[in-house]
Amino acid sequence: MSDVAERVKKIVVEHLGVDEDKVVEGASFIDDLGADSLDTVELVMAFEEEFGIEIPDDAAEKIQSFGDAVNFISANQ
Amino acid sequence: MRRVVVTGLGLLTPLACGVEETWSRILAGESGAGPITKFDASKLGTTYACEIPYGDGTNGTFNPDEWMEPKEQRKVDDFILYGITAAVQAVKDSGWMPEDEESRQRTGVMIGSGIGGLNSIAETAVLIKEKGPRRVSPFFIPGALINLISGQVSIRFGFKGPNHAVVTACSTGAHAIGDAARLIKDGDADVMIAGGAEGAISEIGIAGFNACKALSTKRADDPKAASRPYDADRDGFVMGEGAGIVVLEEYEHAKARGAKIYAEVLGYGLSGDAYHITAPSEDGDGGERSMRAALGKAGLDASAIDYINAHGTSTMADVIELGAVERLLGDHAANVTMSSTKSMTGHLLGAAGAIEAIFSILAIRDQVAPPTINLDNPAVESKVDLAPNKKVERKIDVALSNSFGFGGTNASVIFGKVK
Repeated sequence: MSDVAERVKKIVVEHLGVDEDKVVEGASFIDDLGADSLDTVELVMAFEEEFGIEIPDDAAEKIQSFGDAVNFISANQ
Repeated sequence: MRRVVVTGLGLLTPLACGVEETWSRILAGESGAGPITKFDASKLGTTYACEIPYGDGTNGTFNPDEWMEPKEQRKVDDFILYGITAAVQAVKDSGWMPEDEESRQRTGVMIGSGIGGLNSIAETAVLIKEKGPRRVSPFFIPGALINLISGQVSIRFGFKGPNHAVVTACSTGAHAIGDAARLIKDGDADVMIAGGAEGAISEIGIAGFNACKALSTKRADDPKAASRPYDADRDGFVMGEGAGIVVLEEYEHAKARGAKIYAEVLGYGLSGDAYHITAPSEDGDGGERSMRAALGKAGLDASAIDYINAHGTSTMADVIELGAVERLLGDHAANVTMSSTKSMTGHLLGAAGAIEAIFSILAIRDQVAPPTINLDNPAVESKVDLAPNKKVERKIDVALSNSFGFGGTNASVIFGKVK
């Protein structure tokens, strides 16, 4: 797993209080990992902080799963 | 007429987490005061407070993880965590868990706070200054709003009845219990979870109360002696934190399900001073009218009162309240015991009226008046027994609890043995 994926996974585990092995490529934050809409806002903020990037609102709305997050951050770092 | 009784209790105080754990320490005359450990208080005028004893959950310590998931704790200010903790205890103690939709809709929540998420607001303001507004958490607002204890409790248990919150400074807990009892009397609900919570021991909280000259500042060498209501050497209140929650229930509803009944809410009175933003009116008129109003609602004469849990904050105002009590009681004054449990818990602001209502209820249950500790040299003479430094075992059928708040807002609640 890439360095980005490891760091994203750590944030997701911390913020959503889920087991690490549930955080897989296609895992949806809301449907699979128990997040609500406010949790996803907070997750995106945590990604911005961790990677020193800015994620615009329209892009943030498309980050629905662990895989989406890793792909977006890898492409925009 | 619908009667209202108390069927569940929950406490998180500077003395302990838990009702019996706190009560046994109250009766033993223990102080919850000590140096402030939650943050660096060295630059403040007051460096001590009555903090909740955090720990692993044994021996009356407070382990937050037992009451709320760690990931949920991150999303709320401390006062909400404290309120939920006491509410969970009270609901469990009552044994009430509605199993059908109608019962859920007949169960409501009214838990208030004096100043709510003060520390969250301060920390978020600093964050905006340092990192900009985009870094504000989506949980900042729902984690700081005062009515969010009521909201969280309703969500956790599915209570769909009236959902309300009181904000009347140091009268909050008493007003919440009194107002919730009225909702039951008026038929809006059959069961109400009511009380108050506070978590204001923070730099901004202490600095703010220091600025209005309300806090004790002279006892850094001996914090346990700092809260000393009625004593000539008192110099201000000691800040406390925590929560007190009761389950109130319509009498027939409680009886029908075989609930354990602690006491009845006999009367509730309110008044306003219309005098000053922080000081009580010097003649004690507001407090006296509040007590008289509660007696009126209870249909009782002042001579029925056995025990008074005073507002008694360890400030100059103590003797104003005492004067009002003496006028109210007249010749009956010599038969009454009045104590300030703030001598042990400190002043829990919006939670004070709620924890003190619970102490009043337990005084009736156990027929014992808790002591006023550190009362070594009374500032004034009184016919009223102030229970100096030792609990008083005595008949207590009727107990009155006073709470007075900034802004001149007064509340008195009267509890009695169920007859």
